[in-house]
Amino acid sequence: MTLMAEPSSTGRFGEFGGRFVPETLVPACQELEVAFREAWADPSFRLELHEILRDYAGRPSIITECKNLGRELGIRLVLKREDLNHTGSHKINNVLGQTLLAKRMGKKRIVAETGAGQHGVASATAAALMGLECKVYMGAVDVERQELNVFRMRLLGSEVEAVQSGSRTLKDAVNEAMRDWVATVESTHYCLGSVMGPHPYPWMVREFHRVIGDEAREQCRAAYGADPDVVVACVGGGSNAMGIFSGFVDTDARLVGVEPAGGAAVGRGVPGVVHGMRSYLMQDEYGQVQEAHSISAGLDYPGVGPEHSYLASIGRAEYPAVTDAEVIDAFQLLARTEGIIPALECAHALAWIAREAHAFQGKTVLMNLSGRGDKDVAQMMEILK
Amino acid sequence: MSQTPAAPGSTAYGRMEQSFRDKRAAGRKLLVPYITGGLPGWEDALRAAVAAGADAIEIGIPFSDPVMDGPVIQEASQRALDAGATPVSIFDQARSLDVDVPLAVMCYYNTVHHAGHHRFAEQLVAAGVCAAIVPDLPLEESGPWCEAADASSIETVMLAAPTAPDDRLPRVCARARGFVYSVGLLGVTGERSALAATATALATRLKAVTDVPVLVGVGVSNAAQAREAVQVADGVVQGASVVRRLLEGGAEAVGEYIAEVRAAIDD
Ligand SMILES: Cc1ncc(COP(=O)(O)O)c(C=O)c1O
Repeated sequence: MTLMAEPSSTGRFGEFGGRFVPETLVPACQELEVAFREAWADPSFRLELHEILRDYAGRPSIITECKNLGRELGIRLVLKREDLNHTGSHKINNVLGQTLLAKRMGKKRIVAETGAGQHGVASATAAALMGLECKVYMGAVDVERQELNVFRMRLLGSEVEAVQSGSRTLKDAVNEAMRDWVATVESTHYCLGSVMGPHPYPWMVREFHRVIGDEAREQCRAAYGADPDVVVACVGGGSNAMGIFSGFVDTDARLVGVEPAGGAAVGRGVPGVVHGMRSYLMQDEYGQVQEAHSISAGLDYPGVGPEHSYLASIGRAEYPAVTDAEVIDAFQLLARTEGIIPALECAHALAWIAREAHAFQGKTVLMNLSGRGDKDVAQMMEILK
Repeated sequence: MSQTPAAPGSTAYGRMEQSFRDKRAAGRKLLVPYITGGLPGWEDALRAAVAAGADAIEIGIPFSDPVMDGPVIQEASQRALDAGATPVSIFDQARSLDVDVPLAVMCYYNTVHHAGHHRFAEQLVAAGVCAAIVPDLPLEESGPWCEAADASSIETVMLAAPTAPDDRLPRVCARARGFVYSVGLLGVTGERSALAATATALATRLKAVTDVPVLVGVGVSNAAQAREAVQVADGVVQGASVVRRLLEGGAEAVGEYIAEVRAAIDD
């Protein structure tokens, strides 16, 4: 079987995925699946998306070799610079794809969940560009730690609602966005921010991020005449990781998705069903979903996209975890050695590389720098005081 | 409490469906209150609802991520979880309720999935529960659970939504046991000032394609709205309006409210 192809007709990657949604949303998911399939096969849609990614988001994003840090670690360290995209992270790739599709489907409004606020900012941005109404749900805890992004979303004309239920982080923001969608499904598209949720989202969002891996593969071949030995990305829901993995799944590269120790869905979870999908999930002995705990709001999620569960189950990708303390070090390390302040999310990927580099000395390591750290500076200032 | 399973093609209905069909034939409209299991005082509230004329009870199994529920039932679920409720503790309590109406559970799918389909079905049987409503398990994903439920004679109530195209409704009804849950509006559970037009519209569409009892639930918020809904439907499920009374006024308030709704739909 070809890896990272289309899921089965029921939206399965192996035994993961599916469409576990209230009956009200089934027709909307079916309609979205048909619309995406048609659009993705339509050269005019692909061209329009390509142009908007180029002329608005600033693609292709470059790759940067970290000569200083690479020397220190004894590896060739290459960053895929998704931090340089408009709005500062990879999230814009998916959002421009979904909003173009929403317009094509005749939707007037989008709703989105956000953790760190990067997907919310990207959604608010695309909504402003395309003339769509936009409402973003964000856990009250995250509203507090990512104040700046809340202001940005409002500046861009979106409504932001602080979600007070449950753990008041990303998982609860997803619940609230789904509740909104159940009530407004006829006029509204749910612009989900990662490779999770019911079919067709995990597949569709991966396809919208595939551009990361496709570009990086060409760039690595042009620069080094070879594929990287190791490809590393952080994993919350798993969209930036899926994007970069998709370019290398058919090579010999080792694929590594790094989870936070307090939100290690693959590492510590067992299969469960929440947010429309069957996937690894942190839960208690009765199936109550557990709260994740991470320094990074964008990775504070107890589940993971179903295709990651599949890649883990067949052994094609591995999902180690790093601690908050290791992440704080990595955040500062990249700033000091390379003059690049990473988002706390992708500092997880770097933390793993820094810890494990001794095991792959001299190898080429490609890391997805999924976003820039501006949003995290205030939080880090407090932590480092 | 368990019945012999209906042979394929036989007309032997489960306990809840048989009871509902008999009552419907006798001209009675069906009233099913929802009560959050494990919420302090829930057993008394359940008995009060039965004494006031409920035809069955839907016991909510609290879940950490109730996507189909609005603020009232979310709060009740959270309070029940905070009080230490688990599916197993609720089943233990249900077993000794000693009420003579059919009991159903409303639970999110992960609760079933985590226990295992067969094991969960047997837990329901042991608790004296005869039916299950799983609001995030749509028709396409329902196969494995329904198979286990059928084998244990647990009736799986299917939900039908206003967004369903015409060709979907007969397929949903064909898989429904006990009753068809006709979702009253586009949205989550919670009280609304008026019965949505979608409520009677969908119930009418369902009545045209099935003889399984059709009950309207979600957004049926008071006695007058219940009365309006049963002009078309065979009965109503009352959720947030019951749970709010339980949270605010305890079992007595629930009993009074159910008596009021009973009178309105009998009238
Ligand atoms: C910069 C950045 N990277 C990664 C993530 C995590 O998302 P995903 O795992 O879907 O890439 C986020 C989420 O907010 C983010 O802002």
